[in-house]
Amino acid sequence: MVRLFTDELNVGYSDRLIVKNLSVHIPDKKITAIIGSNGCGKSTLLKAITRIISHQTGSIILDGENITKENTKVLAKKMAILPQTPESASGLTVGELVSYGRFPYQSSFGRLTKKDYEVIDWALDVTRTKEFKFRPVDALSGGQRQRVWIAMALAQETDIIFLDEPTTYLDMAHQLEVLELLQKLNREQERTIVMVLHDLNQAARFADYIVALKDGQIVKAGNCEDVINHHVLRTVFQIDTEIGRDPRTNKPMCVTYNLLKGDS
Amino acid sequence: MTKEKHFSRNFSLKLIAAIMVFVGMFVVAMVFGAANTTVKDVWLALTSHTTNEQITIIRELRFPREVGAIFVGAALAVSGAIMQGMTRNPLAEPGILGLSAGANAALAISIALIPSANYLTIMVACFMGAAVGAIIVFGIGSMKKGGFSPLRLVLAGTAVSTFLYAVSEGIGLYYKISKDVSMWTAGGLIGTTWSQLQIIVPFIIAGILFSLFLSRQLTILSLNEEVAVGLGQKTTQIKVILFIITIMLTGASVALVGNMAFIGLMVPHVVRAIVGTDYRYILPMSAIIGAVFMLLADTLGRTINIPYETPVAAIVAMMGLPFFLIIVHKGGKVLS
Ligand SMILES: Nc1ncnc2c1ncn2[C@@H]1O[C@H](COP(=O)(O)OP(=O)(O)OP(=O)(O)O)[C@@H](O)[C@H]1O
Ligand SMILES: [Mg+2]
Repeated sequence: MVRLFTDELNVGYSDRLIVKNLSVHIPDKKITAIIGSNGCGKSTLLKAITRIISHQTGSIILDGENITKENTKVLAKKMAILPQTPESASGLTVGELVSYGRFPYQSSFGRLTKKDYEVIDWALDVTRTKEFKFRPVDALSGGQRQRVWIAMALAQETDIIFLDEPTTYLDMAHQLEVLELLQKLNREQERTIVMVLHDLNQAARFADYIVALKDGQIVKAGNCEDVINHHVLRTVFQIDTEIGRDPRTNKPMCVTYNLLKGDS
Repeated sequence: MTKEKHFSRNFSLKLIAAIMVFVGMFVVAMVFGAANTTVKDVWLALTSHTTNEQITIIRELRFPREVGAIFVGAALAVSGAIMQGMTRNPLAEPGILGLSAGANAALAISIALIPSANYLTIMVACFMGAAVGAIIVFGIGSMKKGGFSPLRLVLAGTAVSTFLYAVSEGIGLYYKISKDVSMWTAGGLIGTTWSQLQIIVPFIIAGILFSLFLSRQLTILSLNEEVAVGLGQKTTQIKVILFIITIMLTGASVALVGNMAFIGLMVPHVVRAIVGTDYRYILPMSAIIGAVFMLLADTLGRTINIPYETPVAAIVAMMGLPFFLIIVHKGGKVLS
């Protein structure tokens, strides 16, 4: 039995249904990647699971409780979310912003405890944002800012962390750095990671479980061998791929691809 | 690790400095005026029971008036800061989002319909008016799906305010009470009495204390709604409470001094330049700087054209307009 799963979940905006009848299990203590083309509903699914938007029908169960019935502050200690585009218009300093990751643990006037400071420090450390601590967030580059927001999510100290495209804005080295950080958190601290990724090779390399979405429905969910193959990618992205092997990790890898012409 | 501590020590220093400026401004406001008074008179008025003409003027006219200035300035500044944070809109303030105009219209209506209205009635009417004004603005601003965009809010606020001011004028003309209404709404702090303050100040104090209690919540809300929910905030509940606080603060201010645009807009921006964008620091600082600002405006109003009074609202607007233009020019970047 996994801790977190959805059952026949339907999510939409006003009259338009985006996520349709979706049942997915999020494997505990594993890294799950969600892939799919633009607008297929990846962010919508993530937001629904993290109770940021409400869902129409179906259920989302965490630790045997329907999340709509759970206290939101309790949930905030169990799962953290990094939205796709956190508005960057924040003049808070990096240190201040990351310290708000401790919000779920504080009372209204409560001061930060020694433990809080330790966690904040650790989050700044592992995301290598410590050097910016006193700088305003909006005075950072896109990539630096992204790492700061990740630090804030980490400061929340949750077992489950959701990240919507955590590697956007980042250069190749920093992308890898973030993914390796998440992998390390997963391996050393057994945190469950769920993230939306656009780079299929990164998904294959880092994820234990991949969920491929199309039009708000699951086309295929499974390990990288099950999902990163010619057939699935053809359906999901309408592309004709050549799948090889990463010579270093031996994971499947999209070597080259073409758009499919006309109907698929 | 000591960042937060370091920062709050820094803030404490700034807070102390602001309080000193505030005390200084208060003394200046008490000493200068149409009547010739000295620091000694002020001292005697505040600390002893001695009486002479100067001391009586200070005690009965100037003192309540400046206390009124302090609380109205603080209330409007805090109210503006809350609105800017809540709507993530650098132009938000009670005057722009329909609260002041609503309170104003309610004031005109209550003067017209209840000639015997006492102060408390009028204040309650102002609360309700502010609430109605704001609800109309937010209603129109969020009519389209996708919630209220900053621009739509400001447009709706301007239109609704204009309409509500016209309503006040119309009622004033129709009931031939324009003079009473305008005495109230344009009179500023003139004739503020202790008995008025007794009714109004508790609401302002309560509003400001509540807002300080919620300052951390406001910071999170001001970042991004999704982040706020993710951190476990009950956003709807918090927004409703903050909304009620702004209504209390604005309604109480309008009941005391009538219209006073720009303070709520300007002060929080000045404060951000000093303490950054964390509302734990912005709110208390706004209260103090708002009070200082209002004391300054009132003192200028009483002294630049002796023996005539220059309306405080005019002085505030004169100081506020250039500021407004700077914000528009910078595209609201000052907020961040
Ligand atoms: N707030 C909203 N109101 C109405 N429709 C929305 C809203 N947010 C998203 N949508 C629509 O829902 C669909 C799915 O959006 P979603 O953001 O989940 O896509 P996505 O898979 O995350 O795409 P991307 O790869 O571009 O991030 C899109 O058609 C989008 O236009
Ligand atoms: Mg998305």
